[in-house]
Amino acid sequence: MSRSILLVSAVCALLLSGLPAAAAAPAEHTLTLPNGLRIVVHEDHRAPTAVVQVWYRVGSIDESDGTSGLAHVLEHMMFKGTPSVPAGAFSKTIARVGGRDNAFTGTEHTAYFEQIHRDQLELALRMEADRMANLSFRDSDFASEIKVVMEERRLRTDDQPRAMLDEQLAATVFQSNPYRRPVVGWMDDLQHLTANDARDWYHRWYAPNNACLVVAGDVQAAEVFRLARRHFGPLARRPLPPRRPQLEAEPLGARRIVVKVPATVPVLAIGWPAPALRDAERDWQPYALDLLAAVLAGDTGRFADQLVRGRQVAVSADAGFDDLRRGPGLFTVEAAPVAGHSIAELEQAVLDEIRRVQDQGVSSEELARVRTQVVAAQVYGRDSVFFQAMQIGTYDTLGLPWQEVDRVPERLARITPEQVQEVARRYLQPDRSTVAVLDPQPLPAGAPAPDPLAGPVRGLENHHAP
Amino acid sequence: MRRDACALVLPLALAALLALPASAAPAAPVLQQWTTSQGSHVLFIEEHALPMIDVEIDFHAGSAYDPPGKEGLAALVIDNLNDGTPQHDEQALARAFADAGAQLAGQADADRASLTLRTLSSAAQREPALDLLCELLHAPTFPQPAFERERTRSLSGLREALAQPDGLADQAFYPRMFPGHGYGRQPGEASLQAIARDDLALFWSTRYRAAGAVISLVGDLDRTAAQALAERLSAALPAGAAPDPLPPQSQPMVPGRIDIAHPAEQAHLLLGLPGFAFGDPDYVALMVANYVLGGGGFSSRLTEEVREKRGLVYNVNSQFVPQAQPGAFEISLQTRRDQAAQALALVRKVLDDFVAHGPTAAELKAAQQNLAGGFPLRLDSNRKLLAFAAMMGFYHLPDDWMQAYPRAIRTLTLAQVRDAVRRRLHPDQLLTVVVAGSPAADAPAGAVQ
Repeated sequence: MSRSILLVSAVCALLLSGLPAAAAAPAEHTLTLPNGLRIVVHEDHRAPTAVVQVWYRVGSIDESDGTSGLAHVLEHMMFKGTPSVPAGAFSKTIARVGGRDNAFTGTEHTAYFEQIHRDQLELALRMEADRMANLSFRDSDFASEIKVVMEERRLRTDDQPRAMLDEQLAATVFQSNPYRRPVVGWMDDLQHLTANDARDWYHRWYAPNNACLVVAGDVQAAEVFRLARRHFGPLARRPLPPRRPQLEAEPLGARRIVVKVPATVPVLAIGWPAPALRDAERDWQPYALDLLAAVLAGDTGRFADQLVRGRQVAVSADAGFDDLRRGPGLFTVEAAPVAGHSIAELEQAVLDEIRRVQDQGVSSEELARVRTQVVAAQVYGRDSVFFQAMQIGTYDTLGLPWQEVDRVPERLARITPEQVQEVARRYLQPDRSTVAVLDPQPLPAGAPAPDPLAGPVRGLENHHAP
Repeated sequence: MRRDACALVLPLALAALLALPASAAPAAPVLQQWTTSQGSHVLFIEEHALPMIDVEIDFHAGSAYDPPGKEGLAALVIDNLNDGTPQHDEQALARAFADAGAQLAGQADADRASLTLRTLSSAAQREPALDLLCELLHAPTFPQPAFERERTRSLSGLREALAQPDGLADQAFYPRMFPGHGYGRQPGEASLQAIARDDLALFWSTRYRAAGAVISLVGDLDRTAAQALAERLSAALPAGAAPDPLPPQSQPMVPGRIDIAHPAEQAHLLLGLPGFAFGDPDYVALMVANYVLGGGGFSSRLTEEVREKRGLVYNVNSQFVPQAQPGAFEISLQTRRDQAAQALALVRKVLDDFVAHGPTAAELKAAQQNLAGGFPLRLDSNRKLLAFAAMMGFYHLPDDWMQAYPRAIRTLTLAQVRDAVRRRLHPDQLLTVVVAGSPAADAPAGAVQ
């Protein structure tokens, strides 16, 4: 339900980048306060609602060994009170005015949001400003909440075979970059985090000059700026810790891991590091890699055509490129074999398709199809005010101009089939790959056998009087 | 895949109730309804702000209509609908939709099979997309190879789900919640294997008919164009009498406790009681009550007691699942396996207290403020309006429901809510499924050895 990690999947990255904020938004919709807080307002007057999002430019990429998961833990603690809004009161206050609130943490950012009636704008801004500066939680609340976070890890990672596979893949692709650590944190690190670790994190990173306020919906920009000045204006700017590049060294050869967990269906995941978007105007390789992923993935992609429908070696096969991040980008393929086909056959089939792009390139018809979908998705994206605010926050947190969101179709339109072929050749080499295989282990005795499926579960249950 | 059936209201109605300044109020969406000449019910909201159109067609063709022994058929029909027409094969269809910039999706829940199309409204892109939609509504060919491939995929998905605690819990829970009824049917390997390609064609021709279908349209088209479009869609569908409605449940639920072993780190707990159907006189009172008990996130008692005070879970919630026939009331949570007994005892205590005493006056007020005050958020995009219209049409909600429902929330009294809770929730009848509980440490006294 709540306080949750946002995992923007690699497949979504292209669509995310392809969806618009207001076209050519007027300059008065952006303001930076003297204390460094950036404010972006996106007006949309279709319904009397608004979304407020506060994006902090701090995520798991800023963590260190031994304290993984800290960015996300602090996100949970941000609901544990200030002198004027006691623990638990934030969400209840928003709920009582008909609103919803929550938060999410990723590798790059920690963000908080409220979805409210437009008349409650000031309430949301006042409480967000308050917890930007005045968070003050008790040790006992930390002790309780860290248990909640461990339950979250069990629910979303430990007991999810595919999540375990993805976690292990990232931990192997990246050796020097912090992306090797999961956003939720290693369990052992969570067990040793302290309340003071969280307080230190808060004091280090939570400052107006490390944040962006995005307000979208049925609001007037001038009114948002007036209220933001009133509530955020008095907060003090603070020096921020240095951020180091932590660049990943070029892989020295293929890496291969096996993940053995209780499961029934094997899964193949392959990852290749590749350049993320840095200069939205001049870079071309990330856009070419976006197009490559789109040509391979989806209903009309080559994997569906060749692996799912044609050779029928995969029940599913997907590709994605995550390039909206401060560290290295990651190109991934994930596929599951049809029963009776081995992981080795599936891997060969996937690599055959990649080799085909490397050797023969892609057609301009395929690129045109992807572009048509991106342009349409840009219109569809305007239906969700929340999503538009998300895009603005995502870009701003990366230090990219948020206006770039609108320009993705034209950036993609410049990419040629030859450039797509070139990035496939340069980055998707076997020697640069990490191959991770989910090797399903039988559920232990007493648990359902992998194949107990005819009718209700048999021989496994005990009825007891209530 | 259940839709959240929480209620919705038009912004204008709410604005009036709250006496908000009307000056800047955006024009409220207006819902128009009619019936096509072939007998499809149409709901239409005209919205010109964005150059796009959303279409949803709902059929009485959800999993509750799976023939016994062929569970999984309804889902296969909607999955295979776009696998071929006399004019296009599967790949050509997928490419043609993509080339039009359109997005087609299908899904089935217990009651409904739903097909949605999102398209740009310019004629150059709209017309090819709508032509394709009509084509696959009119004559899906369900080619044998695609069918076999999709069935293999379903089997794989089923195997994956039934290795997970959630899938195992559902498999045990629903047959006991709805014995002998369509809502209790769960697909299994044998039932999927028993389905043949011709079963899909037969199911489609009897349940995807114009009569009884509900067509919802939202977006950039006027009434005349909407009427023409609805006629076209309806005419494409098979003729014949409207399919039979779902019969009521004839056998009572089977209370008790079921334990299923599993090596997961967390135990998954699923608790159930009989719920209600759309149109139930206690609908509003029970929805409001559920907000207080476990539907209201951090404002709910379950989250407060189980998560906030004790850190036992990341997620605990309760919900009613209103459907065409009475659905279930469900509480679900996940906790480290050695805490399962403690968490279950606590949930039982919270539930028992709630049923015995009902909400407090302050809790009722907070629930009313959230559920009525939050309505505009449920209608602030075309996507949400579409889902709202489709639900209203499919479940025959009254025409004035958008106005009447928030009014009913606001005028509920404490006595009415307490009375409904006492009459409708009987914790002694609870069905409890625990997957991956640790049996040794897990037993409430006297319940489990």
